[in-house]
This record gives sequence, structure tokens and C-alpha cells, in this order.
Amino acid sequence: MTIPVHLIWLIPALPLLVAGLGAFTRHRGVALGAIFAMAVAFVLSCLALHGALQHPAVPAVFNFAWFDLGTGSLQLGFLLDPLTALMCVMVTFVGTLIFIFSLGYMKEDPNFSRFFCFLSFFAAAMLGLLVSNSLLLLFICWELVGLASYLLIGFWFHKPSAAAAAKKAFITTRIGDLGLLLGLLWLYDSSGSLLFFDGGHGVLETATIASLSGQTLACGLALSTAIGLLIFCGAIGKSGQFPLHVWLPDAMEGPTPVSALIHAATMVAAGVFLIARVYPLMSADALLPAVPVHALTVVAFIGAITALMGALIACAQNDIKRVLAFSTVSQLGYMMLALGVGSWTAAIFHLLTHAFFKALLFLGAGSVIHASHHEQDIRLLGGLRTKMKVTFATFAIGMMALSGVPFLFSGFWSKEAILHAAHEWDVSHLPLYAGLTAVLLTAFYMTRLVAETFFGKARSHGSEHAHENPAVMTVPLVILAVCAVVLGFVGTPYWPWLQATLDPHYEPTHGGPSLMLLSIGLVGAGLGLGWWLYARKLRTTATARDPLAVAAPGVMAALANRLGFDPLYAASFGRLNHFLAAFADVLDRRVIGSLVNFLAQFGLFTGSVNRQFDEDNINDGFDRVSAVVRGTGRGYSQAQTGETQGYLRVVALAFIVLALVLALGGVR
Amino acid sequence: MKCLLSTLILTPWVGALLLAFTPRLSPKASRILALLFSLSTLGFAALAWSGFDPSGSYQFVEQHAWISGLNVSYHLGLDGMSLVMVLLTGLIAPIALLASWKVERDPRLFNLLFLFLQGAALGVFLALNFFPWFIFWELSLVPAFFLIKLWGGPGASRAAYQFVVYTIGGSAFMLLGFAALFASTGTFDFVELAALARNGGLTAAITGPVLTAIFLGVLLGLAVKVPLFPFHTWLPSAYSEAPTGASMFLTGVMSKMGVYGFLRILWPLFPAQLHAAAPVLVGLALAGVVLGTFAAMAQRDLKRMVAYSSINHVSYCLLALFAVAATGSLHTAASVSALSGSLLQMFNHGLSASALFFCVGILESRSGGKHGLNDFGGVRTSAPIFAGLCGVALFSSLGLPGLNGFVGEFLVFRGVFGLVPWAAAVGCLGLFATAYFLLTFWQRVFHGPQGPGVAAFRDLSALEVVTLVPSVVLMFVLGIWPQLLVSVFNPLVTAWARHLP
Amino acid sequence: MTPLHLCLLLSTGLFCIGLTGALARSNTILVLLGIELMLNAANINFIAFWRYGPASASNDGLMFVLFGIAIAAAEAAVGLALIIAVYRHQKNIRLQEATRLKG
Repeated sequence: MTIPVHLIWLIPALPLLVAGLGAFTRHRGVALGAIFAMAVAFVLSCLALHGALQHPAVPAVFNFAWFDLGTGSLQLGFLLDPLTALMCVMVTFVGTLIFIFSLGYMKEDPNFSRFFCFLSFFAAAMLGLLVSNSLLLLFICWELVGLASYLLIGFWFHKPSAAAAAKKAFITTRIGDLGLLLGLLWLYDSSGSLLFFDGGHGVLETATIASLSGQTLACGLALSTAIGLLIFCGAIGKSGQFPLHVWLPDAMEGPTPVSALIHAATMVAAGVFLIARVYPLMSADALLPAVPVHALTVVAFIGAITALMGALIACAQNDIKRVLAFSTVSQLGYMMLALGVGSWTAAIFHLLTHAFFKALLFLGAGSVIHASHHEQDIRLLGGLRTKMKVTFATFAIGMMALSGVPFLFSGFWSKEAILHAAHEWDVSHLPLYAGLTAVLLTAFYMTRLVAETFFGKARSHGSEHAHENPAVMTVPLVILAVCAVVLGFVGTPYWPWLQATLDPHYEPTHGGPSLMLLSIGLVGAGLGLGWWLYARKLRTTATARDPLAVAAPGVMAALANRLGFDPLYAASFGRLNHFLAAFADVLDRRVIGSLVNFLAQFGLFTGSVNRQFDEDNINDGFDRVSAVVRGTGRGYSQAQTGETQGYLRVVALAFIVLALVLALGGVR
Repeated sequence: MKCLLSTLILTPWVGALLLAFTPRLSPKASRILALLFSLSTLGFAALAWSGFDPSGSYQFVEQHAWISGLNVSYHLGLDGMSLVMVLLTGLIAPIALLASWKVERDPRLFNLLFLFLQGAALGVFLALNFFPWFIFWELSLVPAFFLIKLWGGPGASRAAYQFVVYTIGGSAFMLLGFAALFASTGTFDFVELAALARNGGLTAAITGPVLTAIFLGVLLGLAVKVPLFPFHTWLPSAYSEAPTGASMFLTGVMSKMGVYGFLRILWPLFPAQLHAAAPVLVGLALAGVVLGTFAAMAQRDLKRMVAYSSINHVSYCLLALFAVAATGSLHTAASVSALSGSLLQMFNHGLSASALFFCVGILESRSGGKHGLNDFGGVRTSAPIFAGLCGVALFSSLGLPGLNGFVGEFLVFRGVFGLVPWAAAVGCLGLFATAYFLLTFWQRVFHGPQGPGVAAFRDLSALEVVTLVPSVVLMFVLGIWPQLLVSVFNPLVTAWARHLP
Repeated sequence: MTPLHLCLLLSTGLFCIGLTGALARSNTILVLLGIELMLNAANINFIAFWRYGPASASNDGLMFVLFGIAIAAAEAAVGLALIIAVYRHQKNIRLQEATRLKG
């Protein structure tokens, strides 16, 4: 049994329906409806996956006209291939678990039903993004997930920090989105279509790709490179890549399930998905020798920078969610790196495993935060290992998956796939080194996080009185923990099922065991270093200084300040923005406004000169004439006595005179 | 059906006359009467729509000789563009009247002037002869002047004078231009003049420099009305000082009169001149797009902010037209897209901007006249329904997909990118800045801790919900199913893109 | 003496009586009566000239008279209304005292 592609819209439609209904009610049943819709969507996605696996090489498409413009219509469409189906299964599965977790986490929130309404809306938009066969439909859903993210980051909108973070997220991603929009327009203009697959006419099909990479721009870039880089701008914004990563840590102002679903597992991965989706376009210039830069090279370096930078900053954060947020930035950098070095299947593999273990980590963090009365500072937590056994166990599994502990955990296999791909990249080995450094750092900061949070003794009232959460919150953790382990086995070098399914032309990499040994060594070093610094001598007071900060205070302060990106942007772009605004305002008020006022004053001046002339010359003559008229009138008015009979007498007299004249003179 | 268009125009005026001759009418009765007469436009427009053939040219034409000595005829006609504008007027006018339901001071006179304004605006959208067209054009200023001056804010008097004098100043040049045209061609009829322009009769009758001067005069008259940068300085004060209902109508309908004039008069009559001037005009429209938003960012007064965003949004319409005029008919698909986007954007902006003005009006009425950016905070806590509906209007205005604003802007940008790519790239700056200041608006007013007095805000009354909901519903409908409106003007726009030089 | 002459003498007499009344009386109602008499004198003239004139077949004269009577009635109504208005102001209807409208 499978689901035909023209019905695949049912997957996003179900959550959308719940969101639409939920907008009109505050009934708590919205939550159950949302979970039910997600569960059904999960079942449908599994059916879709089953169908897609029958013909993995040929994407099934269903295209239709959105509206007709006379010279052609704007086409949208749905698509079903293994990539879409796998992503749908992941989103609906993780989504269902996070929805269930939220039942417990948001239980006491006054806007409980609104939360599930927004979450469902997000799920609908995200699933719509995955199933679209048109860059335009993808862009529409892309913006809608941005809106959902905005609404959910600002869910506690009465907090100024949450409201500001929501705005920052929307604006920052919109900068990237404008690049995407321009790329989309350019693509539409040069190819006449936005459909990915359209029976040979789609933008990802051979004919269009060849024509796009065949055209060269004035700057020497191939047309496909320029379009690809603009599209990549959108991915930079959405996936929190350097230099637009600044919004993602702030997005942690939202409720923790939101951070888990949107800002770790799904939405932020949409950028990676986008690049994987348009991969033929991105890699169209790969065989052109004479271009100044290949699109994918840029992707690889941006990814490498992001991976390294995110891991570095994560080492110095003290908020449990911010550590995870920067870890997400770093891992997304990994995925971009994989895309850039030519292995999009490795990127999707890491995307899928990361979605599970990062959702697990965030939900674990949520569990900790919920239990310890909204305490998020790891210096104030501690000692939760014994109080929250399930949370600790699952969080530890997530931590080991993220760190890449060998063989048993999924993160290890996906990370290995990326490192091997980077090793084989013949342009440069810098991304590989950045990735290896990040491996070390990731193991290190995760050890620090676990040691500070779960070991030692409780260092605040909140963590002192923490106790394990109810099953509605722990069961999703356990399920995700299981997935964080087993999911790695679908893509091992010995059985690369996932890679082969996604890409029919997949060829296994040949990095050999030496690279794997190196990375295992680095993971061990990271774990050992973390243990040495943080677990050997456990923190006893909240105010005790971080051992690293003692060793290198300057570096740690810079990292804790997130390398100063926020003040830098505030001082450059923020200032520029203010300046432009002030300039436009002054231009309006002073320059154009005064010009208009000057014209008006000039008009008034002319008028007054004119008036003087009129009064002295023309009016004088009129005045004299009117004086004469007035005098005459005054004389005549003497005759008016007001006595009616007097007037009548005059009339009678005149009549008699008339009669006499007629009588004597005769009538002719 | 024979004189449908005259009926359409005159019905609001009949309502105005009725109000004029019933001085003892209670305020409530006068409001209901005005609303009914105002709604009649929507009814007649629906009637016209049902009998409308999108592929034909002017329909429901009425042509009667009027002043035979001057060859002036009373000539009305309806094509796809007029129909869209009439529908917009029919929507916005009743909504604006509903928004003015609480006007305390002489509601009868207010409603009377309003109906008068509505009729004049309809006349502008339907007249096909310059003479009646110009009469309607100027007549619309009279009620607008009084509406701003008598019911406006503290600076209303100055704003009203500025508005009227500036606009009349512009249209004086236009009148002069048409007088010169008439002197050479002997006709005032738009259709005949356009035919002359197409077959070269206009250039044969008038020498080049004179024709250019006429073009500039007409351009000036229309540019002030839209307004095109840099003729926009009257707008922020007029919109922000006017009473809420009048602001809604001014921005929703009257700013479209200018754009309509560009498409109906300037482009068909002076294609060569417009083509020559287009590079400069594209620059001016871009300046409106970019500087309009940045100026909006600098405002600390919500009404002025929304007014500046209006400048930005109508500049998109003009940008599309100028881009098409600049490149001619080289790229039909892009031209069709740009012009369709322009027409859609006119309608969409009417919906979203009037809704935004209404929302600011609500804030003002709840807080006793405050409308500063920093006077509020946390309104969403006390008035969630209001926040939701206002949020939809805001996001429609910033072009979120799924709402109507996106479709228009996407089509405009798609067209402009195909014709003048750099202009589209620069225009993106406007898209970004629009999002920035609208979200600032949203954040400062609705989010954060509650400002002074905000806790006592009532949520929307039933009347206010009824006022706001039609626009909001239409935002969704047109965002998801734009074909509804696109099919009305599609053949017309395609014909423009193919046949105009 | 033809019948026409007799009629004209009658109307002249009537007219003179009316004129005297209108000029000499101080009671406004009687002044109005005088005016009515003069109007009737004119009506008699119309009838007489029509009846004994050359074109008695058409109804011209009759029409004039009918209009005259109607106008006289209207005028009387207006006049009486004015008299009442005057009475409200000066508590009598002496015409000689009603001089305040001279301006």
C-alpha cells in the first residue's frame, strides 16, 4: 500500500487543518487533535516512503497551475522521491514525539491551545516545504516556517527578550530569503520554469542545467553558479550559517520543545534540504574549468567556518540551551560542509541522525529545565544524575551520539561519512581540518555540559528540589534515545543503504581506516579533556570560575561574547540602518519639504505683491464708482417711508396721469 | 443594464443628496443610510462583474454628446482595470464608513461628504473623456478637504490645505496639457487620443518639444496624486492628520486614482515620451520604494509610519509600469507579470493599508488619542483578537506568502527582474526594510510588558470585528487563490504587453 | 348707450370705490377689500370686452377672468396671512403704523 503523489498534499494538510481550527478556539483538545494529525501524517509519510522506495531513481511528480497569467501560468507541484519521503518521516516522527512531550512541558501555560495551533502550523509549512516540486512553493512554505518560527520564538511575547529575539530571527533570516528570492527570480527569468521536475523541462533536469551552466556572466561566473549562490543565501539565513548565525542562539527564548523541533531538528535543517534538493543546479558548474569559483566551494568553506566557529563558541556558554544552540550551528555547518565537498547523501544522513539526537538533547534539556523550575544556567544546576535517572540516561546517549562515540551511536557514522567525503575532496583539505577540530571540540563541550549539569551537587534551589518528570515527557526521550542509537546502522560503510537509496549513483568512499582511527582518537581526546577539566574536580559553587577561563581568560571572554558578532552587527548594519532611516527622514522633512515650502512661500509673496498693486490702482477706481452709486441710492431711499398707502397713492396718481395722457393724446 | 455605470456613480451622490435634505435625521439613521448607499457600489460592481467579459474591451459604454462646441462627450466605460478599481472602492468605502461609525461630531455631514467622495472616485475610474474625468478628479478633492480639515487631528487644517493646494497645483499642469492636446487634436476622448497616439496622429499634429511639455504636465499632475517620489511630502501629514475613515479611503482608493491615471492616460497617450523618461522614472520609483521604507523606519508616529509604507507600496506599482515602459515589448512574459503585479498590488495595498490605518485608529481611540510607537506595549495580552487581525494585516503588508501582498509583490518583482534586473535587486532592500519596521511596530505595540493604560484595553467590539474581518478574509482568499482577481484583468494586461510600444 | 358702455361704467365705478377704499381706510382688511374691488372691476372689463368684442367665439376673456379670480383668491390668502403677521407685531392692524419694513 502506498500513497499516490497527487494525494501527498494530505501530509501537510492534516496539521494545517488542526492549525486552522485551533486558531478559533482555546479548547485544550487542540493539543490532542494536533498529536493525532501528526501521527496520521507519520503513517502517511511511511506509506509515501514505501511508495518512493519502489522506484527510487524516478521522482514521482504532480504539477498544477496556481494561476494563469495570459502568457503562461505559474506552476506549482508536489514531488515524491526518497529524499522527500525520508525527510517527511523524520519530521512527522520527531514532531509527534515533541508534541507529546509538550503536553507535559506546556501543561500550565495559559496559551496552551495556541501553542499547539502554532506548532501544527509549523509542521504543515515544514511538510509543505518538503513535498513541493516547485521552488516557488518551496519559497512560500519557507517563508511560512519562518513565520511559525517567529510566532513560536515570541510565544512568551510579554518578555521583551523573547519579542526581540523573534524579531531578530525573522529579520536575519529574511536577509537570506531575499537572496533566495532573487535567485528564484533569476532562475525563473532564465529558464521560464520553477518546477524541479517537469518531464524534461524542469530546472533540475539535464536540458535546463546544461543551458544554465553554459551561460557565462560578465564577471566570469557561470549563470548557474550565480543563481546557486543566491539560493545558498537563503540556506545561510535559515540554517544559521556564518555570517547570519546570530539569530539561532537568541531563538532559544522560545519554549524548549520549539527549540527542539524548529531550531534543532527540522526548520534549521531546511537550508541543508534546500541545497540537497537543488543539488544538480549547485553542482552544474563542477565540470567547468575556467570559472573563478564553484558554487559548492563556497558552500564547503562557509560550512567549515560555521562548524568550527559554532563548536568554539559552544565551549564557553553557560546556558544549557545556548550550548546546544551553538552545537546546532556547528552541526549544520558540518552538513553544509558535506554538501560542499560533494556528498549530499552524507549531509542528509547527518541531517537525519542529528535531528533525532539533537531533538533528544533539547528535550532532555527541557526536562531538566522543567524539573528545576526554569533554571537554565549550568553553573546553577548540578547533581541531577540521581534525581532524574531517565533524563540522565537518555541525555547521555544523546551526548555520546553528538560527540561521535564510536560504533554504537548514530552520530559517529554520519560524521564519519562527512569526514571521509571531505578527505576525498580535491580542492582543499582545510574543511577536513576544520571538521576534525570540531570533532574534538564537540566531544569536549558536551562532556563539560553533562558534567556540569548532572554531576556534582545541586547548586541552586531549583536543582535541589528537582525530580523526574511524568511519563508523558520521559517516554518520548526513551524513544528518541533508541533512535539515536539504531539510526546510524542504515548508513555504515558496510551497508550504505541510506546513501544508495537517496542517490542511485552513490559510490562508497575509500578513506580507509586511518581517518576513522584519527577521528576516534580525537573524540577520545575531547572526552578525556572534558573529563580532566570538569569531571575530575567537580564544581562545588555556582560562582567558582571555569577552569578554562582561569587558563585563558581573554579567549574565553571573547567566546562567551560569541566572538562579538552581535555588537559588530549592531555597530555596522544597525548603525547603517539607522543612518539611512535618518537620512530618508531628513531628506523628506528638510530638503524636499523645504523646497515645497519655499515654493509655497514664493507663491504667497507673488500674491502679496499682486494684491498691493490691485489695491493701489485698480481697486481705487472701483471704490470711487461705488461711492457715487452709494450716494445716489441713499437719496432715493429717502422716498421710502414704509407707509403702504403712500406708495399706493403714488401709483394711483401715476395711473390718473397715464389715463389723462391717453385720453387727451389719444391712442394711436 | 443600459446605464449601469451612471447608476453606479450616481447612487452614492443620491445618498449624499438625501442626507443633505434631511437635516433632522438621527445620527444612527444617517449612518445606516450612508452605509446602504455606499454598499450599493459593491452590488452594482458585482452586477457588472457578472455581465463582464474579460476578453472584450470597454463594456457597458455610455456615450452622450455633452458640450458639442468643445466636442465633449459624457463617455463612460468599464474594462478589467476599471472593474478592479470599482470593486476596491466598493469594498473600502463601506469599510471606511463602518470604521467611522463612532464619529461624534455631525455624523450626517461626515457621511454626506464621504458619499460625495465615493461617487467622485468612482467617476474617475469610469470616465473615458478627459472633461468629465477631470471634473470627477477635482471634485474628489472637495469632500476630502473638508473631511481632513473638520474631523482631523490638531494639525489637520494645515495638512488639508497642503494636500489640496499641492494636488490642485499638479492638476493645473495636467489641465493645461490637455487644453494643448485639444487645441491640436480637437478631442478630449481618451480612447480617440490613444488611437491617435498609436497610429502616429499625435506626433503628426504636435511638434516634439510641445508634446514633451504636455507629457510632463500630465505626469506632474498624476505624480503628485500617487504620489511619486519626490512629490510625496503632502502625504504623511495628510494621512496622519485625517480621521481614520478618511485615511482609509485616501490610502485605499485615492492613491490608486493616480496609478490608474498612469495606466489609463499617460502610458497609452505618450508611450514614446514615457519610454524616453522611463530610466529616470524607474529611479524615482525605486527612490520611493527604498526611501519610503527607510523614512518609515525613522518615524515615531504610527500613522506617519503607515503613511510612509503606503508610499513604498504604491511605488511598487509604478516601478512595474516604468520597467515595462523602459524596455518596451521585448519580453512579453515579464511585462505581463509586471503589469498584473501592479494591478494586484493596487488592490492588495488598498486592503492592507486601510486595515492598518483602522488598527492604528483603534489604538488611538482606546488610548485617548495616542498614536506614538512607544506609547503602547503588550496590547496582545489585553486584546488578542485585535492583535491577531492586525497581525494578518501587517504580514500581508510585508508580503508574507499565503496572504495577498506576496502575490502582487512577487509578480512585480518577477516582471521587473526580467526587464530591469538591477532595479529588482535594489527594490529588495525595500522588502527587507518593510519587514523591519512593520515588525518593530508589532513588537513595540503588541509585545513586551504592558504599557501605561494598556491593561484596560478592551478587545474588539462586534462592530470593529465586522469592519476588519472582510479585509482579512480577502487577504487570505487572494493570497491563496489570486486567479479570482487575475482573471478579471488578465486578457487586458496581455493585450497591453503585446500591442503597446 | 350700448351694453358695453354700461358695463364699462359699472366697472369704472367699482374701480373708483375700490381705489378710494384702498387709499383712505386705515384698517388693513378694508384696504384689502378695496384692492379686491379693483380686481373685480378689471375682471368685469375682461368679460365685457370678450362678450361684446369681435372674437367672442374663443374663450380668451373667460380664461383671463378665471385666472384673475384664482390670483385674487391666492392674494387674499397671502394678504390675510400678512395681516395676521402684522397683528402679532403691533397688536392692531392699522396700516399707517406698519412702516417698519422700510429698511
